[in-house]
Amino acid sequence: MTDTALEIAPGTLPETVLVTDAGFSRDDWSGPETRTATLAPDDRAGELSDRLCGLELIRVRFPAFADGRGFTLARDLRRMGYRGRLRAVGHVLADQYAMARRAGFDEVEIDADLAARQPENQWRARANWQAHDYQARLRGRSSGAPA
Amino acid sequence: MYRYTDFDKAFLATRNAQFRAQVERRLKGHLTEDEFKPLRLMNGVYLQLHAYMLRVAIPYGTLNADQMRQLAYLAERWDKGYGHFTTRQNIQYNWPKLPDIPDMLDALGEVGLHAIQTSGNTIRNTTADPFAGAAADEIADPRPLAELIRQWSTDHPEFQFLGRKFKIAITGSADDRAVTAAHDIGLRIVEKNGEQGLQVLIGGGLGRTPMIGQVLRDFLPRADLLPYLEAVLATYNQLGRRDNKYKARIKITVHEHGIESIRAMVEGRFAQIRPDFTGADQALLRAIEAQFAPPAFRGGNTEAHDAAYGADPVFRSWADTNLAPHRRADHAIVSISLKAHGATPGDASADQMRSMADLAERYGYDELRISHEQNVILPHVHKSDLPALHAALKAQGLATANIGLISDIIACPGMDYCALATARSIPIAQEIATRFDELKLEHDIGPMKIKISGCINACGHHHVGHIGILGLDRAGVENYQITLGGDGGPDATLGSRTGPGFPADEIVPAIERLMLAYLDLRQGPGETFLATYRRLGADPFKSALYDSARTKAA
Repeated sequence: MTDTALEIAPGTLPETVLVTDAGFSRDDWSGPETRTATLAPDDRAGELSDRLCGLELIRVRFPAFADGRGFTLARDLRRMGYRGRLRAVGHVLADQYAMARRAGFDEVEIDADLAARQPENQWRARANWQAHDYQARLRGRSSGAPA
Repeated sequence: MYRYTDFDKAFLATRNAQFRAQVERRLKGHLTEDEFKPLRLMNGVYLQLHAYMLRVAIPYGTLNADQMRQLAYLAERWDKGYGHFTTRQNIQYNWPKLPDIPDMLDALGEVGLHAIQTSGNTIRNTTADPFAGAAADEIADPRPLAELIRQWSTDHPEFQFLGRKFKIAITGSADDRAVTAAHDIGLRIVEKNGEQGLQVLIGGGLGRTPMIGQVLRDFLPRADLLPYLEAVLATYNQLGRRDNKYKARIKITVHEHGIESIRAMVEGRFAQIRPDFTGADQALLRAIEAQFAPPAFRGGNTEAHDAAYGADPVFRSWADTNLAPHRRADHAIVSISLKAHGATPGDASADQMRSMADLAERYGYDELRISHEQNVILPHVHKSDLPALHAALKAQGLATANIGLISDIIACPGMDYCALATARSIPIAQEIATRFDELKLEHDIGPMKIKISGCINACGHHHVGHIGILGLDRAGVENYQITLGGDGGPDATLGSRTGPGFPADEIVPAIERLMLAYLDLRQGPGETFLATYRRLGADPFKSALYDSARTKAA
């Protein structure tokens, strides 16, 4: 097994795990909460338009993996010009990692149970999300993430 | 015909490897059944009444002979020797085993076929006019745009977890053979001031709340297609209801918010999204178009056809019903009926698939099509080859001369296969076809579209049948409701219910009474059932249905 890169002793898993292209890690955000915002699936990106330049981290909640509204929220935020950290939080599957990255998310935050059930290697298998991307091809970009 | 690029091939191989891993992860418990379900659905795998079912896309209905042979191979290797062509240009295998499905997908990949997004709450296989590129009445071949949509919708990161399924259809002809008005988005290629563009319909659909699509944009420049589709889908993804799956389709969103409000939202988003597309898609489209160049049609006289037409009544009858006008006068479009009287509509055996592939290679420039009416089409056949083709089809039991007639029935799989069905569809279709064959009235009745659904989800499109039959469950007994006057053509119309339904053993006599009434009421053989119904309304047909039943019951 190679799913132990988080190097955390068994039984002391943090409550949540951050997933990036490099694999699992602890949440390294330490800035003030005033520089963050959280959106629910039925929120609109436009609600943040006045605050956008003051934000460094936006969390988009995924209460259920089958609710794909957060992907459109991510696209909207990037299209509005948001350049800060964009995080999908909640029930996101390893199988959705490439979609999340292509939609404009930088990272995914999942709970420890899901991290145990879908270990790091299953997420890293999708770290090549820039390959085989029809959207990038149709938009004349080398990678999928919206500019 | 489109040939996969290296990009397409690498994408498909990767996708199939991902699905193989997903099946393994499901079997090992890394994925729960709930989590696995949308992943298998977006790869075409349903759990049906008796077994898993694999639904394979026939993109925009177009196949070459090698692809058809591979479909035959799948049927023999992993199923029971046959496949079922559906009303949305797919083929379904009803008996695969889950651990075999990754191998089936790899086998499909060898010939550039796939099952991606044939199920699930995502953008489905884009369907197109089965006569595309061949029809005499066509403005433009819709398949290059359909292929562009395939590439755009495949694995689109934003739209894999929509509120509900999403279906797009495209036609390049005013005689809409793709039922565009019954789709979430219907696209019609139109001309304005000598320029080609698209009329965009939205919010059509059958199912339990049937609705005819409304015009969202009257004329969309071709180059705006992808950003416009993306604007519609993003609007729907945010706005569509997720609290009730029966109110989740975009037709309900349009109904609840109104077309004007939806249009304003879509146009607003379109303005934002349009700059994302800088022309790379149009360059790809030009490369796709080059691949859809028509075959090198051969010339030569049509004497063989003309002689057979004069001398052989069986050939003449087949030619009169199963041929459609080709853009070239010396060619014809041939429909091969998968509706032999008494057979299961849309089913083809592996042997039949192979024969059709061979015939397409020999007489049809290596092209086949699947129609939403569940028949197979050879879009380009030189007329001088028609007698030989007909003889070969006859030898395979594929020369049924009933295209567009009463036995050319669309039927969903119904309770014989489907987990949702409330009644059987296939046996009703078989009995109607057999009965009218016995009566020898089929050709006398003329154009007639009967469509049968085994539940209110309406996969058999009964709402747009001239006669629609809907099978329901009434306290454990199958009961069949009749609708009349539906039409899936350019002026799409939903049929109206006649009244109480009929039990299974009375539905065929009821249809027979309807047909005898029509033959009585029509102004002459030139007046079709639909025209007669429109002239007279439902009343005389209702009394044919119900008065005699009452007499019988009394």
